[in-house]
Amino acid sequence: MDHGEILSKINELMRDVFDEDDLVATDAMTAEDVADWDSTNHVRLMVAIEEVFKIRFATDEITAPENVGELVDLVASKMKA
Amino acid sequence: MQDLPWLLPAPQDYSAQCRAVLESAGDIGQDLQRLAGFRLSSPQALSYARLLRKLTVGGRDLSPLAPLKLAIVSNATMEFVADHLPAAAARHGVALEIVQAEFGLVMQEAIDPASRVNASGADAVLLAVDHRWLGLTDLGGDDAAQAGGAVAKLLEAARLFRDHGGAVPILPLLATPAESLFGSFDRRVAGSLASKISRVNQAILDFAEGEGGYLFDVDAIARSVGAAQWFDPVAWNGQKQPFHPAFNALYADRLGALLGAVRGKARKCLVLDLDNTLWGGAIGDDGLAGIVLGQGSAAGESFLNVQLTAKALKARGVILAVSSKNDDEVARSAFREHSEMILKESDIAVFQANWIDKASNLEGIAAALSLGLDALVLLDDNPAERAHVRSALPMVAVPELPNDPAWFPQVLLAAGYFETVSFGEDDVIRAASYAENAQRAEVLAKSRDLGDYLTALEMTLSCGPFDAANRARVTQLINKSNQFNLLTRKLTEADVQGLEADPAVVTLQARLGDRYGDMGLISVVTCRVDGREATVTDWLMSCRVLGRKVEEAIYDVLVSTLSGRGVETLHATYAPTKKNGMVAEHFDRLGLRRVAETVGGVRRYEASIADYVPPELPMKIELFQDVRTRG
Repeated sequence: MDHGEILSKINELMRDVFDEDDLVATDAMTAEDVADWDSTNHVRLMVAIEEVFKIRFATDEITAPENVGELVDLVASKMKA
Repeated sequence: MQDLPWLLPAPQDYSAQCRAVLESAGDIGQDLQRLAGFRLSSPQALSYARLLRKLTVGGRDLSPLAPLKLAIVSNATMEFVADHLPAAAARHGVALEIVQAEFGLVMQEAIDPASRVNASGADAVLLAVDHRWLGLTDLGGDDAAQAGGAVAKLLEAARLFRDHGGAVPILPLLATPAESLFGSFDRRVAGSLASKISRVNQAILDFAEGEGGYLFDVDAIARSVGAAQWFDPVAWNGQKQPFHPAFNALYADRLGALLGAVRGKARKCLVLDLDNTLWGGAIGDDGLAGIVLGQGSAAGESFLNVQLTAKALKARGVILAVSSKNDDEVARSAFREHSEMILKESDIAVFQANWIDKASNLEGIAAALSLGLDALVLLDDNPAERAHVRSALPMVAVPELPNDPAWFPQVLLAAGYFETVSFGEDDVIRAASYAENAQRAEVLAKSRDLGDYLTALEMTLSCGPFDAANRARVTQLINKSNQFNLLTRKLTEADVQGLEADPAVVTLQARLGDRYGDMGLISVVTCRVDGREATVTDWLMSCRVLGRKVEEAIYDVLVSTLSGRGVETLHATYAPTKKNGMVAEHFDRLGLRRVAETVGGVRRYEASIADYVPPELPMKIELFQDVRTRG
């Protein structure tokens, strides 16, 4: 899966978790940009990502990504592993 | 089992389907139960939870779902588990409203009569605590004292909730972490975590027996996936999640089953298919000697276990019924005469073996037992039959099953249809009283609008004249088919070869495939042509493909072929035998005109080729060798 495909899949998950039908995720997007992206929903998003991509985040990885682009990179690196 | 394999995966547009229910003005209870019947990802479960919250707040009528308000107190973060609860509860017949106490507040919520939980009017309170809240450690000390003190705190909370707010406590049986200090010797050392947890669980069991409340066996759930998988340090250290979130759906489904039982929604009757469910093979085709059942083979043992499981459920008060596409006497012969059968006719309350569709039979079974359709579970190896029943009767539980019958018992039991919160002599007696004499319920085939069910099977019927490659199989089908057989001619392979070569005979062999696989050769028709007249000389079909409009499709190909050869009138005969009563009206159903009937029951028919009106057919028809160009 390339960066774009992972971003697209995460976009879908974000729409469901944050309950925003027209959300368009970009690499630069951060939690500040989304009204419902609080810490609880962040965990929901990370759990959903683990489920869909069949990966597991390490303790320090859950809160490490600074923006969506870094999150996509993290997922990509774990998929290769 | 954490992936809930007995449930179908949710459709791609699941979230959209949830939103559509909000707009719906009609009967949403059934929609809600249907949407809850899928295997859901976390975001899908969340969509469902949001939907249910909006509907509850809006005061909508959600029947037939039974309402239940559940308070949850915990030492752990239960939000993400709670996301899965509304769908899991609805799957088991309950419309759930959740009152979530704040993180970590257990005793405080219990002690204060005006606490959020106590003031909420909750019907039940789940004390979702684990060994960590109870302060149980592996640091030695007096087992009894530590365990005793810890559980006293828990039971005190349970009593306070009950007394202050009227909520019935749901107490967990605690899971035990997998780590051990001394390996196998741990069991012999006093003061181990495992032995303390074991004492606590016994005290909780005693409380439930003595003072009431419900037990939620989290220990069993953890053991089913493995304690080493269950407890997850990353999830606990990071967000205080009580166990790995991969098990949220499983935990929720187990709790949903418990809540369903609390509301009296547990299922009461297990309907069993016969061929390839209770034994390997088909009794109609393979006979008593040919079906696979018994200690002699792995497959045979699988089916023994399916029967044992059904028998065990019956001993617990579950009613057993049979629904099979078979001749009644032939089906019963297995129960009466096969030495390896564990189930007897006397175990079966209603025994439906006939050629009528399963949905009609299930309605008949429910009526005969005075039960609602929502009390029934159908165990059937055939995915097409499962799809048919789900489509016609959405209230019946139809677990998805894997291909290998070795897993049938586990998957059936894991689905939790028969969960209970009470059990006694009366339950056994009541179930036994139903199974008096394996009664046969009168059933009429109902004409149903199954909507897209047949089209959704994605069938392809491949037809062509007889050929050398398939001659042996054609001959076998001709001689084996006794029930769906109009003229019951017995032919040798040489006879079949003769027909192949005879320019005056139209031969037709048909195979059927659908989305679930290839069923192989399923029908043979031959027709002798004499100028402008033609006469059907053989017409037989495998009973496996009844109810799919295969007969109509084959008739369509035959008419088209005859028309191409200039035939104007078709003649056909039904010659009754002891076994082919099911096709007495076959030519009538196809629209041929009955012109004579003898005293012996022989029926003669005629049809004018020009008057034929092709029907709408649900399958694709392929002519693998143009039948019309022969001869």
